[in-house]
Amino acid sequence: MIGLFWNLLLALAWVTLTGSVTAMNLLAGLLFGYAALMVLQNQVPVLKGYSRRIPRLTAFLVYFLKELVKSNLKVAYDVATPVWHMRPGVIAFPLRAETDMEILFISSVISLTPGTLSLDVSDDRKVLFIHAMFLHDEEELRSDLRELERRVLKVMR
Amino acid sequence: MIEVLVSILLLMGAAFMVLASVGVLRLPDLPTRMHATTKASALGAMLTMAGVAFHFGDSTVVARAVAIVVFIFLTAPIAAHVIGRAGYFTGVKLWEGTVKDELRERYDVRLNRLESGPEADEQPASPEHKSSNPD
Repeated sequence: MIGLFWNLLLALAWVTLTGSVTAMNLLAGLLFGYAALMVLQNQVPVLKGYSRRIPRLTAFLVYFLKELVKSNLKVAYDVATPVWHMRPGVIAFPLRAETDMEILFISSVISLTPGTLSLDVSDDRKVLFIHAMFLHDEEELRSDLRELERRVLKVMR
Repeated sequence: MIEVLVSILLLMGAAFMVLASVGVLRLPDLPTRMHATTKASALGAMLTMAGVAFHFGDSTVVARAVAIVVFIFLTAPIAAHVIGRAGYFTGVKLWEGTVKDELRERYDVRLNRLESGPEADEQPASPEHKSSNPD
């Protein structure tokens, strides 16, 4: 998080110093800032692993968009056809995420993907209760959610 | 060429919006309705904004379209979670086709407590698994 902030700050510095406020120049500033942080990250502990995080974030966004379209088509099909194919239910999903930010991010992403909606977190913050729309194969759903959580945590940590 | 792309994006966005509203009308209970509104309307708004961005092709419009999509993606799941949770805990009945409900038996209405149940025992196993496979 702090790395992203520094990257933006460096880009703004680049824009002000070169004196032309355009989108292309800001993009150039971001690229140069990214390169500078890539060189610096081994010396500064808070920046550790910053350059690796951006490709992971991009990979995650692509995966997320794919899942979003897939889930929408599934739900749309069930809404548009007269017979109900869904088997809704509430399942308990053990969380690997620990901090507030991680839990927030994971529950939001889960709410936006394959027929799942996060309802609540248990009081000890270890289990997330999810309302799923397609409980035909619970094991498969759980492994899909596990995969999603793994990808989110890879970006966050 | 760009006009065809813009029209396709706008039509798809509108189609998902229509499906979201049909879903609200047709689906049997509150949580399944939340499924339809959150996901379909988020995707519909995203497609519409993509169409707008391609049509104008101007950096200020594109920046605003991206900002709108980001804000929708930040707020839609939280609204769905709050509405779904409030509905569940105030006792809205689930559809009769609901196959299982692992939340009901772990919720103590009198004390307003939510137990984590047997799944919490899986927790100690996960860091071990992670350290055996460093990334």
